[in-house]
Order: sequence, then C-alpha cells, then structure tokens
Amino acid sequence: MIKKTLVAAVAAALTLSAAQAFAQNRSQIRIVGSSTVFPFSTAVAEQFGRATKFKTPVVESTGSGGGMKLFCAGVGVEHPDITNASRRIKASEFEKCTKGGITITEVKIGFDGIVLANSKSSPPLELTKKQIYQALAKEVPLGGKMVPNPYKKWSDIDPSLPNARIEVLGPPPTSGTRDAFVELAMEGGARTFDSLKALRKADKKAFKAAAHAIREDGAYVEAGENDNLIVQKLEANPNAIGIFGFSFLDQNADKIQGAAIGGVEPSFENIAAGDYGISRSMYFYVKKEHVGVIPGIAEFVAEFTSEKASGEEGYLTDKGLIPLPAAERKTVRSGATKLAPLTM
Amino acid sequence: MTDVIASDPLRKADISAKRLKRRYAAEARFRAYGLLAILAAIAVLGLLLSSVVMQGYSAFTQTEIALEIHFDPEVIDPEGSRDPDTLAQADYRLLVKRALYELFPGVTKRRDKRRLTGLVSSGAGFTLQNMVMDEPELIGRTQEVWVKSSDDVDSFVKGFIDRDLPPEDRRIKDDEIAWIDALAARGDVATRFNGSFFTTGDSREPEQAGILGAVVGSVLTLVITLLLSFPLGVLAAVYLEEFAPKNRWTDLIEVNINNLAAVPSIIFGLLGLAVFLNFMGLPRSAPLVGGMVLALMTLPTVIIAARAAFASVPPSIREAALGIGASKLQTVTHHVLPLALPGVLTGTIIGMARALGETAPLLLIGMVAFVVDIPGSFSDPATVLPVQIYIWVDSPERAFVAKTGAAIMVLLAFLIAMNALAVVLRKRFERRW
Repeated sequence: MIKKTLVAAVAAALTLSAAQAFAQNRSQIRIVGSSTVFPFSTAVAEQFGRATKFKTPVVESTGSGGGMKLFCAGVGVEHPDITNASRRIKASEFEKCTKGGITITEVKIGFDGIVLANSKSSPPLELTKKQIYQALAKEVPLGGKMVPNPYKKWSDIDPSLPNARIEVLGPPPTSGTRDAFVELAMEGGARTFDSLKALRKADKKAFKAAAHAIREDGAYVEAGENDNLIVQKLEANPNAIGIFGFSFLDQNADKIQGAAIGGVEPSFENIAAGDYGISRSMYFYVKKEHVGVIPGIAEFVAEFTSEKASGEEGYLTDKGLIPLPAAERKTVRSGATKLAPLTM
Repeated sequence: MTDVIASDPLRKADISAKRLKRRYAAEARFRAYGLLAILAAIAVLGLLLSSVVMQGYSAFTQTEIALEIHFDPEVIDPEGSRDPDTLAQADYRLLVKRALYELFPGVTKRRDKRRLTGLVSSGAGFTLQNMVMDEPELIGRTQEVWVKSSDDVDSFVKGFIDRDLPPEDRRIKDDEIAWIDALAARGDVATRFNGSFFTTGDSREPEQAGILGAVVGSVLTLVITLLLSFPLGVLAAVYLEEFAPKNRWTDLIEVNINNLAAVPSIIFGLLGLAVFLNFMGLPRSAPLVGGMVLALMTLPTVIIAARAAFASVPPSIREAALGIGASKLQTVTHHVLPLALPGVLTGTIIGMARALGETAPLLLIGMVAFVVDIPGSFSDPATVLPVQIYIWVDSPERAFVAKTGAAIMVLLAFLIAMNALAVVLRKRFERRW
C-alpha cells in the first residue's frame, strides 16, 4: 500500500520536473504586440523561416500596450524578444523597460493610413477633420458652450453633406486603430474650434477629455476588432461609414471607397507622401540582451528592414504597408543593423 | 343535484363535448408550437451550415499554372557539388521567373515583369526547392511543373472577381487577365483539389495556408486535457458519490464544483497565466499549458457528469455486492464503475468537445499566435483550430474568407466525430434494467 502511494508521489514529482525542463530552452524568436503590425510581422516571419536555417518566429497579436507589458517584463527566455507597436513607445514604458535591465532598439517600419469608407453604391464622401469631430464627439461647442452632440444627420453639420443619418462603424476603445483615430482625426478636428484651442492651452487634460470622447447615443457603433466584418456591414448598409486600416480598403476596392479627408484621397501615394491626414507610423522594438542568445534575431531585423521586404516594391507593400521615404529607410536600416540603443 | 342532471341532461353533455373539443384544440396548438420551434431551429442550423459551406467550399480547390521549368545547374548548383546546403540556398524563384518571361517575351518593363511573376504564388520557389531536394537528378533537365497561382489569380479563375468591373476596382488588371487567358488557352491553367491545405501549417499567403498545424495543435492540447481531466474527474466523482460522508464540507465542495462549471472560460486562462506561466515557468503558447488550462475548465463538467452517472446506478447493485461480502472498493471497481462508464464517457467527451472550441482561455497563455511550423511535441509553440479560424477571419486578404469557411468545416467535422464516438460508446456499454 505504502509502496503504491510512493510510486504515485514519485510519478507526480517526475511530471512536474519534466514540465519545468520544458521551460529551459527556446530556439525560435518570439514576437508580441500590435494587431495592426501583425500582418506585416507574420509575413516577414514566414519568409524568414523559409529562406533561412532558423525556425519560423512565433508572432502573437496582443495589442501595442499588451505587447509592451510582456516585452518590458524582463530579460530571459520566458520573455519575448521583439514587440510590435502601432505607436511609439511611451516614456513610462521605456522607463519600465530600462528598470528591467533591457536595452531597446527602435525600428520604424512604415506607415498605416486610417480610412473612413462607405459602400460603392452610394456617392463618395468628402469630409474634413472638423466635420468628423462634429459628427462623432460626445459634446460639441455650439453657441459658445459645450452641448451634447445635437447632430443627427450629416446634412445637419454641413448642407453639402448627404441628407443621411450619421452611422459610423468603428473600432472599440481597446484598439490601437481607435487610439490613433481619436488622436489624429478627432483631436485635429477639435483644434479647429477657438474655444477648444483655448482650452488646450489652459488645461491639456480637459481638452483631451473633450476631444477624445466619442458619442454613445448610437451614431457611433463599436463594431469589434474585425475589420472584415465592418466591410461586410458597409456593403449591406449604403448609408453607413466604417473606420479601419488602409489595407482593408486596398483589398476591397471593388466594394467600398475611401472618403477624402480635407480634399486628399486615401491612396497609397498620398499616405506615403504624408499628405493624407490620418496616418500613423508603425514600429517594432528589439531586446538587445537577447541578440546572440536566441538565434536569428539580428538576421530577422535585417530581413524586416531589407529593401525586398519593406522597400517600395517589397513584399510587405503587397500586404498594404506604406513604406518610409527612401532616405529614412536608409537611416532606419543602418540603425537597426547596428542595434543602436533607444534613448528618451 | 340528481334532479338538475335529470332535468337538463342535454346541456351537460353539450358542455363536456365543447370542453373536450377545446382541450383537443389546445393540445393540437401546443404540438404545433413544438413543431414550429424545431422547424425554426432546423432552418437556422441549415442557414448557418449552408452559409459556411457556400463560403468555404472553394478553399478545397486551388488554381495551378503549368510552367516549363528548366532546372538550370548554373542557378541551382554552379559548382556541381550536390551539397544539400547549396541546393537549399539556391534562388528557385529565378527559375519560375525565367519560365514566365519565356512565355511572354513581350513583357520587358520592370514593373510589368514584377506583375507577371506575381501571377504565381510566392511559394512556387519552395515547391521547386522541395522537388530538387528530393530528387537531385532533376538538375539540368527541363520539365513541366504545376505551381500554385497567387490568391488573386485563384479568385479570378474561380469567378469571384468580375472581369466586367472597371479596372481600378479589380485586384486583377487587364494585362493580367490577358496573360491568364493566354495561359488558359494553352491549357496551362487548372483548378485542382488543394491537398496542401491538409498537409501544411499556417501562412500569410492564402494559397499556401494549411490547417494541419492547427489540427495537430488541437490534438496535442486535447490529449493533455483528457489525460488530466478524465482520471482526476472520475476519482473526484467516485469519492464524492461513493465514499464521502454527507456533511457541511462535502456540501460546500459540491456547490463549488457546480459553480466552477459556470465560470466564464477566460477566468481559467487568467489562472493558467498566473500559475503555469508566471509561477511554474512553463513555456508560452505550448499545447502542454493549453491542455492544462482546458483540463481545469472541463474538470467540473466531467465531475458533474460522472457523479450523475454513478447516482443513476441502482442502489440494489451496491447492496447485492456488499451483501455477498465485497468490500466497498470492490463494489465500486467491479460493479458501479463499469455500469456508470457510458455516462462518464459521454460527459467527458462533451467536456472535450467544449474544450476543442475554446479560444478565450488560450488567448492569455499565448496560443493565439501565428505559428508556421507544425508542432512536434507538447512544448512546441502551437495554435488550435478555433484560433486558426479567428486569425484567418481577421486577415485582410480576401481569399482568407474561403479558408475561414473551410477551417470551420474541419472543426465541425471534428466535433461531429467526437459526438459520434460518444454515441457509439454509450450504445456499446449501456445496460438497461
């Protein structure tokens, strides 16, 4: 009896130690971070895995903030080597990383445009940031003070806009696309009002609260993180407008059309040239301490920044990446290959 | 009383007949409601299944293009060493490009050449590489090879891209259509069964993406789940049902198990992240950890089902066994457990089927990831079928919509197979009194 119990105990202990032995080693790169950068990061990972003798890196889509949290947790095989971000690293995150003994190299990949699009069956839209703000903000300045958004139809804002109910499908607050949209489009629109401009000078926090709050009365529908779903809904409802990344517009050009913002069409050329108003930069961050420990990191960075990947005719542009200008690509590449540490 | 009945017999009979009629009508109505409910359920199910099949059937075929490939020794192995490393490093894509340029000598501009080679999948080079690695004698020969087309060409050939649309609305432009038509006229374009969908892992190119990595990941994960939740669940149920005294503590445990069965699955993911990854230091994205988390999730279901199965074994069986001198342990192992087994197995398989469809707890332990290599062990990074569906449905490339439908069909096939297994096991072991 005692013998049998002992055997069971030993078996249990063995399982545990075997489980711990699994954790010792890692031979492939681990990447976490933004869901916006995910399609590009995975494309490079696959190409890298096929063309080199290294294993294919594993890429997780955790969101920019979630990725930073995992990335800055420390040095060691249990922590990721690279994190993707659809925004620059924040000072607080940088501090946390430095405290964890991590040296970061920042690599800028390219741009992503955020488009407002509607179905091809309705006429193309032309909006300004001011109109976007008026259509979507929770409170708008009217007659000298902030009032709950009174606009029900686009034509209420400007008679030149269509006489249709305001109905916008967009990402939820957890999404990086939403962050960027709020920062670039909504804030940009808010600044066109003198009262809000004054508020921005006096109290930055109050201005942000006013500019970033999106209305909750049904005119803005949080459609989830799935951009394909938004495209399908736009097809079904010609009056609705969707907010999503440029690559989805690029893939579905037969069904939907992008609205011109301030007279600039959301095209590949306009975003690359920086003319289109709602575009952001994408980055990835490399943990220098892991280079040489986990095989292939330097080679992966070289592949990502190579001309055949993120150049003007690289395979990432087929996936919807908007490349950096040639000169900037060159500086980014040299910084990345040297693994120059980021300072802030 | 009797007087009343006698004086007015007709009225009474009239009332009861009417009442009877009403009762029959009520019953007929009730039946009709029930039938309607079933019909509605079947209609919704049919709609769901047909939309999935309509969306996904095209992913099981793939357009291929025949190319006259010259396996040029100058390109593959200029020194003639036949060293596997040299063969692996060669630029096979160049062979594909040359074959295409030869077919269309009129294409000279750099941009057009790039679009011409874009007709063929970027994985075509790897197809040639595998051929040469398997059979080095190919070097120097010229052979017709069928390679996969790109996803846009595939959609066009299958008729999902309308050639009458204005060119700026199509992902396939006029010159590309002309090239495809020219190839098709030579009989060099064919749509065939896409076998590699079942034999490869994930890819960012829809035409190369396969489901095998996710299937293997799901199997590995479920093996761990089964190994943990079945013995633990059955032992817990046997103890609680057959041995444990009835007191406040066992009541408390029972209530807690019932509550755990209703806990949202993501909570188990949080637990897994805190205990298995952060405390025990197990690897992220591994089927081992995924299986452990899912075992925690299915454990209450298994215990509840097993307890119900034990409780349904008639007490007379236990009393008879004890009466002829069997010990409590013998009663359980010789009589109660075999009789309760069909119920226990059914409960376990239903729990496993639920685990097969879970993504939420796996999100936190890193199994929602892009994994190309097919996992070979319990500690390799892996993903599972529902996660694969989630990743594909979120991809911008249009051709992934069909892949998503196909992956859902594979997942449904797995679920049906597991449920069929439950039915067979129950039929096999079931005993009636």
